[in-house]
Amino acid sequence: MSAAEDALRKRSDRNGWLLSAPALILLLFAASGPLLIVLVYSFLTPGQFGNVVWDFNLDGWRGILFTRDIFEGTLVLADAHLTIFWRSVWLSILTTVITFAVGFPTAWFIATRPPKQRAMWLFLITIPFWTNLLIRTFAINEVIRNEGLLNTLLIWIGVIDTPIQIVYTDAAVLIGMTYVYLPLMVLPLFAAIDRFDMRLLEAGYDLYASRLQVLRRIILPIVKPGIVAGSILVFVPSLGAYVTPRVLGGGKNMMIGNFIELQFTQGRNWPLGAALSMTLLVIVMIALLIYVRAANRGDNPHG
Amino acid sequence: MTTQVTIAVRNVVKAFGAGDAAVRALDDVSLDIRKGEFFTLLGPSGCGKTTLLRLIAGFEMPTEGQILLDGTDISALPPNKRPVNTVFQSYALFPHLTVAQNIGFGLQMQGRPAAEVDATTKRMLALVKLDALATRKTSQLSGGQQQRVALARALAPQPKVLLLDEPLSALDLKLRKEMQIELKRLQTETGITFVFVTHDQEEALTMSDRIGVMSHGKLQQTGTPREIYTTPVNRFVASFIGETNFLPGTTVPGGVRIGSGAVVETATSRPGDVTVAIRPEQVRIVAASDPGAIPATITNLVYFGTDTHFHLALADGTEVVSRLQSGTDEARLTPGTAVGLRFAPGAAQVLED
Ligand SMILES: Nc1ncnc2c1ncn2[C@@H]1O[C@H](COP(=O)(O)OP(=O)(O)O)[C@@H](O)[C@H]1O
Ligand SMILES: [Mg+2]
Repeated sequence: MSAAEDALRKRSDRNGWLLSAPALILLLFAASGPLLIVLVYSFLTPGQFGNVVWDFNLDGWRGILFTRDIFEGTLVLADAHLTIFWRSVWLSILTTVITFAVGFPTAWFIATRPPKQRAMWLFLITIPFWTNLLIRTFAINEVIRNEGLLNTLLIWIGVIDTPIQIVYTDAAVLIGMTYVYLPLMVLPLFAAIDRFDMRLLEAGYDLYASRLQVLRRIILPIVKPGIVAGSILVFVPSLGAYVTPRVLGGGKNMMIGNFIELQFTQGRNWPLGAALSMTLLVIVMIALLIYVRAANRGDNPHG
Repeated sequence: MTTQVTIAVRNVVKAFGAGDAAVRALDDVSLDIRKGEFFTLLGPSGCGKTTLLRLIAGFEMPTEGQILLDGTDISALPPNKRPVNTVFQSYALFPHLTVAQNIGFGLQMQGRPAAEVDATTKRMLALVKLDALATRKTSQLSGGQQQRVALARALAPQPKVLLLDEPLSALDLKLRKEMQIELKRLQTETGITFVFVTHDQEEALTMSDRIGVMSHGKLQQTGTPREIYTTPVNRFVASFIGETNFLPGTTVPGGVRIGSGAVVETATSRPGDVTVAIRPEQVRIVAASDPGAIPATITNLVYFGTDTHFHLALADGTEVVSRLQSGTDEARLTPGTAVGLRFAPGAAQVLED
């Protein structure tokens, strides 16, 4: 490379940095700043009125898994916390699986419509985004509560005598999250299926594949980027869900999001809340790592 | 020599759509394709070639009629139950698989043991000379290489019939010539029955054992390339394959009286108003004084290197083209010269008007 070329490249590099500086600074303060504050708070001591006292210790982190027995003062494993973690992860996995099971046929249906109709279907899919999450969740509540649409209808046609208790159970949270996050699964799946060359289906059948084999050996591997994107888009916010479990799960069926909120309000234990927030972040990162690893390994079935 | 029929198409009709809007893509087509032959379906775009191929493959069901494979009706079998493979016009290679995995796919789906899949895949890679590229993804290949993968993939399960839908149309001229030879070699080496679709008459003539000429959903004529070229049954076949002079006339004892008044001796005959078809290379230019020759005047000549095309006008103005090897009598034969024409014995065909 000549000296002139070198100089030109250096200058364009510098201009690139200069131009992206505002965005970088914003990111630094908006993303890393609060994260740093949360990290620091997790090592402090709870104040009497909620705030924190600048006294460094590990109580916040210890509080994630252990509680101090009120009478004996010994540390015991906090079963309730583990239940909340477990429920969060499990409900998020279920939500991801169900949105995929429902979203894949939906996305396939849309992608195989004539181009003119496709825009209309996509538009319909995005309509729920127009309304506030809280209102949508209350709408679901209105459908599934004991005196709600579903139970009234079922009693009216005589399928059941007494209302089915759905609301304030894990099932209600699952229904709510599936409803809320379904579009986030459908859209990336649609984008992937839209790029899929339908002629490959005939090639598959021609080469003796059954319908199931065509799905497993041709369609799913090729649209995998869409499946990965959709799953991440659903799983990550599910894990941190707050509004849906709050409204549909009642106070009892908490998820991590509600548990964190509790620490900053009634619990008056900001360091524990901060430590829990960091834990949520770590769980998300570990889950993503496992998932992306598994997805990549599937790339090479004969390896 | 016994000729065993592999594919028998019996009175097949294929209509798309319903009622008045229905398109008859195939209209009562009957056809026998023999075991081990290179059979070509030739016809202009839209004549129903792809539709016939898709019916044999099983992607479409006939509206009427039957398709037999080795004597059994397969009309109702889905494509994955037919021992027939297709080389698609778009190749339709699996982008997430390597070259070797593409080739082994059919065998795997048939549930063959892994050792057999590997061995056959290796053999196929060698057959299409792609050994070096076995582990590449198909998107990293050139058009010609993709074509070979598509061929190997379709040949690997050793189908009874290989269907090829205009497989060479996406290649440039030089590669197309190479692949024509390659295809012929593969067909001879594997002994598999090939059904090849093309709209290129030259490709059909040079590669096929037999040709079926199609037009508007109907099979016009079936025969060897020589039969199709020398004895076309109708005007469509005569004009679609090679160049031809058409001379309208009436049947008289001893031949056909054409518009200029001359009588042309023909190999066959048919009563009433007819058309005489004669290939340009069968039209010879002789001296005007030659007894029995048809009088004509040279209007124009076009030099093509190895041969020269002479455009001539008969007494009534009918235009006739004669193709002569260059370097014979060109000096004498200039526009305006009065000459005589003779048709090679047995070369003039009588067609329905
Ligand atoms: N799926 C279909 N629906 C409606 N019409 C079709 C369909 N497939 C083919 N056709 C019609 O059938 C005719 C024959 O088509 P095709 O077999 O593709 O011709 P070729 O391969 O000889 O060019 C055409 O007029 C085409 O428009
Ligand atoms: Mg076609």
